[in-house]
Amino acid sequence: MSTNELQAILFYLVAAITALCAIGVVVTQHIVRAATWLLFTLAGTAGVFFLLGADFVAAIQILVYVGGTLVLVVFGVMLTAQSPFISLRASAAEWAIGTVVGFLLFGMLAVSLYSANWNFPEPGQTASPKNSMNSVVLGESLLGFEEATPAANMTGFPPGAAPPSRKAVAYLLPFEIVSVHLLVVLIGAAYLARARRRRQATST
Amino acid sequence: MTVTLTHYLVLGALLFVCGALCMALKRNGIGVLMGVELVLNGANVNFVALAHFNPAFAVEGQIFALFVIVMAAAEAAIALAIVLNFYNNHLSVDVDTAEELKG
Repeated sequence: MSTNELQAILFYLVAAITALCAIGVVVTQHIVRAATWLLFTLAGTAGVFFLLGADFVAAIQILVYVGGTLVLVVFGVMLTAQSPFISLRASAAEWAIGTVVGFLLFGMLAVSLYSANWNFPEPGQTASPKNSMNSVVLGESLLGFEEATPAANMTGFPPGAAPPSRKAVAYLLPFEIVSVHLLVVLIGAAYLARARRRRQATST
Repeated sequence: MTVTLTHYLVLGALLFVCGALCMALKRNGIGVLMGVELVLNGANVNFVALAHFNPAFAVEGQIFALFVIVMAAAEAAIALAIVLNFYNNHLSVDVDTAEELKG
């Protein structure tokens, strides 16, 4: 069995799990079950990232999404559930419209994806440990080291125009902005969830 | 039998459509939040797939995916705080009951 075949089999396996679980999130009526389907969808997406050679992103996906965000969602479910299995059903007409719209949207996206031709400067690198983008490379590119970013030309230019050679780009400032944004959002979320309870305690 | 970029992009499109449908069809506020998570995951699959197949995007795709993950965590935190507030006010998470601002 060649590497390509193994990769294809693994991709179809992981993609099928991810897609089925994503459909399960939509179809199921119980919010707890939807959270469980979402758990497997996020884990499957992490598997897809591993297949694409993005080890660090996959690890962060599992840590932050599966370990953090999903736990947050489950706590939200527990704090807002009237009964163990609340079910707020949409009507049959809404389901019919939603299914039709979903199939149309997916069909449009799939057709446009299959009809697009991607001409990239060189064939994609294989997912071997040697040239995988590990956390060291990502950290160096955050700091703007030129040797961390591969020497390839930028894509997306019309055929006549000469693409400029790629310069090292530092993503340190966006990273800092995102960090401060996350801090502000978490403080805001704690304030939002706390102020309400204090007022309720004084009113009762 | 080789996996091309289109396969990954179709998977991302499927995740996006599932998320959009989840946002539209769920009446539970937390269900809508799960739909947003699915949409962001579809975008992330696209980012990482293009990072793998386009050498000029190798670093940016993964860094943008990391940014999206952090943003999704922030969005989930703030949205859950809003849902909790809404539940304290209405004793329900049904998004159809939020109609005080309806004109």
